[in-house]
Amino acid sequence: MAEQKNTVKDFPGQIHETPGGGIVLSKLDDVINWARSNSLWPLTFATSCCGIEYMAVAGAKYDFSRFGFEVARATPRQADVIIIAGTIVNKMAPVLKRLYDQMADPKYVIAMGACAISGGPFFYNTYSVVKGADHVIPVDVYVAGCPPRPEALLHALISLQEKIKSGLTREQTKEGKEQI
Amino acid sequence: MTNEELKIKFTELVPSATFDEGGEWLNVLIEPADWRAFAAQIRKDDSLQFDFLFCLTCIDWKTHLTMVYHLRSTKLHHNIVVKAKLDRTNPEIETVCDIWRTAEFHEREVYEMFGVKFLNHPDLRLLILEDGWEGRNPLRKDFEDPINMIKL
Repeated sequence: MAEQKNTVKDFPGQIHETPGGGIVLSKLDDVINWARSNSLWPLTFATSCCGIEYMAVAGAKYDFSRFGFEVARATPRQADVIIIAGTIVNKMAPVLKRLYDQMADPKYVIAMGACAISGGPFFYNTYSVVKGADHVIPVDVYVAGCPPRPEALLHALISLQEKIKSGLTREQTKEGKEQI
Repeated sequence: MTNEELKIKFTELVPSATFDEGGEWLNVLIEPADWRAFAAQIRKDDSLQFDFLFCLTCIDWKTHLTMVYHLRSTKLHHNIVVKAKLDRTNPEIETVCDIWRTAEFHEREVYEMFGVKFLNHPDLRLLILEDGWEGRNPLRKDFEDPINMIKL
C-alpha cells in the first residue's frame, strides 16, 4: 500500500488516490471512535489533593489540551469523562452517582489516585470513606499514585483514548457485542 | 502581655484556675462551670482582648474529655490555650458562640464528633455527618462501625 497522504497518522482508514481527488475507505464506527477519543471533555470534579495534580495537568506545563481534554465543563450534561480526583466519602457517593447519571452517553470514568481506586490511606479504621469509587460507578481507567504525577494522569488519558479507539464502549462490552 | 502577666491576671479572674507552661503558649485549666464567665471577661478586658478563637476542639482521653480553646488577641498579639475537663458519660459545657461567633459551627462539630452538649447553643445539630447519625460519636476512642470500618 502506498503511503497515505492528507491524513493524520492514526486516522483509521485508507485513502485511495484517484485522478482529481480520492476515496476514503473506513468503517464508520472507527471514524466515530477516532473523533470521539480526540475530543473528550472532562468534568470539573475534584474532591481532594489529586485535584491539585489534575489542575497542574490542565495548566500550561503539562497541558492536557494537547490531547483534546482542554474543555473542562462545569456541568455533567456537557462532559464526556469524569476524573475522580480524590477521596469519595459515604456522603459524597450519592452525589458522584448523580453526576455520573447526568452525563450523556458515551461517558467514561478515570479513577485517579489511591483513594479513588481503593480508599487508599483511608482503607483501614475509617467509618466515612468509600473503599474505591468503583463501588459507586464503573471505572474505565485506574491511575496509581498518591497523588499520581501529572505524567501518570496524562498516561491515563491517553490510555482512555486508546481504549475508545480500540472499538467497544463499556455499554457495548456489557451487551456482549463482539468487536467488529 | 507575657505569660507571667497573663497568669497573674487570670488568677485574679478565676482563683481556681491552674496553669501549664509546658508549651509555647500558656495553658489555662479551668472548671467547666467557670468557662462561660471567664470567656466573656477575657474577650472584653482591655488588657486581654482575646478577640480571635482560632481553634476549638476536644480530646478523648478515654477516662474523660477535654475541651480545648485556642485564643489570640489580634490587637495585643498574645495567645493562650484554655482547657476544661469534662465528664465522659454526660459531657456538658456552656456555649461561647455569642462571644466568638466562629464557635457556633465548631461547637456543632465537637457535638457530633464527641457528643459534647453545649448548653444554650442556638442551633445544636449535626454539621458534617449525615442525617440520622444522632447518638454515635466517631471521634470517641471506643467508636465502632462494623459495617464501614475495616480493622487493621
